[in-house]
Amino acid sequence: MPLYAIFQIALKSLLRNKTRTFLTMLGIIIGVAAVITMLAIGQGAKTIVDDQINSMGTNVITVMSNMFNRSAVRSESGSSSGLTLEDVENIKDRFNDVLYASVLVSSFGRLKYKSLNWYSPVMGVDTDFQFIRNYEMEEGEFFTDNDVRSGNKVIVIGTTVATNLFPDESPIDKMIRLRNVPVRIVGVYKSKGQSVAGGDQDDMVIAPYSMVLGRLTGRWRPNLNIFVSAVSKEKIPKLQTDIMNYLLETNRAATEEDFVVNSQTDIAETSNRVSNTMTLLLASIASISLLVGGIGIMNIMLVSVTERIKEIGIRMAVGAKKKDVLMQFIIEAVMISLLGGLLGILLGAGLSKTLEHMMKWSISISTWSIVLSVTFSCAIGIFFGWYPAKKAASLNLIDALRYE
Amino acid sequence: MPNTLIKIENMSKTYQMGESVVHALRNVDLTINKGEFVAIMGASGSGKTTLMNLIGCLDKPSAGSYILDGIDIHSLNDNELSDIRNEKIGFVFQSFYLLPRTTAFENVELPLLYSTNLNLHQRREKVLQALETVKIAERSHHFPNQLSGGQQQRVAIARAIVNQALIMLADEPTGNLDSRTSVEVLSVFQELHRNGITVILVTHEKEIAMYAKRLIIFKDGRIISDQINNNQRNAAEDLKNLPKEEED
Repeated sequence: MPLYAIFQIALKSLLRNKTRTFLTMLGIIIGVAAVITMLAIGQGAKTIVDDQINSMGTNVITVMSNMFNRSAVRSESGSSSGLTLEDVENIKDRFNDVLYASVLVSSFGRLKYKSLNWYSPVMGVDTDFQFIRNYEMEEGEFFTDNDVRSGNKVIVIGTTVATNLFPDESPIDKMIRLRNVPVRIVGVYKSKGQSVAGGDQDDMVIAPYSMVLGRLTGRWRPNLNIFVSAVSKEKIPKLQTDIMNYLLETNRAATEEDFVVNSQTDIAETSNRVSNTMTLLLASIASISLLVGGIGIMNIMLVSVTERIKEIGIRMAVGAKKKDVLMQFIIEAVMISLLGGLLGILLGAGLSKTLEHMMKWSISISTWSIVLSVTFSCAIGIFFGWYPAKKAASLNLIDALRYE
Repeated sequence: MPNTLIKIENMSKTYQMGESVVHALRNVDLTINKGEFVAIMGASGSGKTTLMNLIGCLDKPSAGSYILDGIDIHSLNDNELSDIRNEKIGFVFQSFYLLPRTTAFENVELPLLYSTNLNLHQRREKVLQALETVKIAERSHHFPNQLSGGQQQRVAIARAIVNQALIMLADEPTGNLDSRTSVEVLSVFQELHRNGITVILVTHEKEIAMYAKRLIIFKDGRIISDQINNNQRNAAEDLKNLPKEEED
């Protein structure tokens, strides 16, 4: 008997019981949709985290001081933050594995252009910072070493700032006021999206640290952080230790807890571990529903065999072979699960898209998650269809025919 | 004998029913030629249905030999028996045995689906031809529950002949039908017989058997009588004499 004929027979049998077929299928549909959506969410989260980590730069090590937090005495205004501009120079000079190093002075300020106001964080940095964090320019240029040396009143702004202050014109070479200090905009950097912590990385003003320290912070000495980029990924762990040792040497009063020397890889690894665990967890919950769907198929097929004993007898009487009956029931089960699987993929894709829209995430449905669910639903059909099919095929013809 | 279609020698069939052994058939010898119209009669339990199951290759004998159209059935496996049933034998049962929720057309198509590679068009041709033969073509898209008993039996007959069966095996085909419809069905059998199909009719009603050419009577698993029916009735003639009824 040709295979297409068995397909035809199986299809007709399924169509004869549309409601039952659909309800059985629903188990698989929900299962597959859940797996697809969960994997898509996991994948999406991973992509976001990866993007955010990449937006931090390449092979970046951040050096921060904890002294502010640790000791009330040291947190007085004007006291040492623990890290100095000298440290930046020293780190740069001492270690060959350092490619770039820059200080980071964080501040904030109100920006004013004509009648428009905007309130933004301000980062005072060295020119190296551009390369450490991979800033690409949308318009204009980054400020120069000369600007840093002379403490020139120039700034680079993010796209959020640009669109809010300059809705209809180019911000390049415009004079604006930052904390009432007139500054000139020399560049707008390309959008970097959200940070790992969820902040808008484009709502930012980048300025020479010398200008920030001289003009913006006034008497209050801000906390200094140091950003370092290593020559290669492999050098990062050694460089971390070297920097920590240097800091302990130069600050004899300090202990290891006073400084935080973090690498981007640490953050990436942690984030990846978290998102992988999450994906696995979500996918295993979804798999359970797929398994339940499979058992549903077996249940229905078993009921269906008992219900159709006479039909099987009639089929055999007119020439169906045992293997034809076996195939018919397996194909019925596979059709339910495969069609359910395909509908599940569509539903899953729809759900993922909806979530993407609602959560403003870039959710990606990977090819392998589709391949996986199709293979899995086929396997479920064969696995859970086999036993009822075997039962149907091994019926005694006479008994089946006379069954009432 | 080139004309021999069925040659049964010394055939026995026993069933195990709990402790006791039931002898359904005891050493039966039977030869049926091509083109015969045989009625097998007997009370229930006489072994006539068992014989029909064996002739139809639905069951295997406990002992004895069976040659069907020159093929030794004993040597065949399950798959080959399925092919024999599919290609050489058409069944008609007392309660029709049509697939529910399946149109007349699809019911008749069923044996063809399990058969050789006919394409859609060829299958359609054959099905419509079979339905035409039993004069039910206009109901081809009705479901069994939309058809009267007589119509259902016609569909079943169409299913039996769709694959050019050599033998038509009918097990109490009129058991569920009123007398007029019974005669109608018998007239279909007689017409098929005229067209060269061997018809074997199992019945316990003497009047029904009288439409056959040869009468075989069973009792306790043995043939007790086997004779030519000299008073064969003509169903088409009888139909004219029966009072007309409106088809529903």
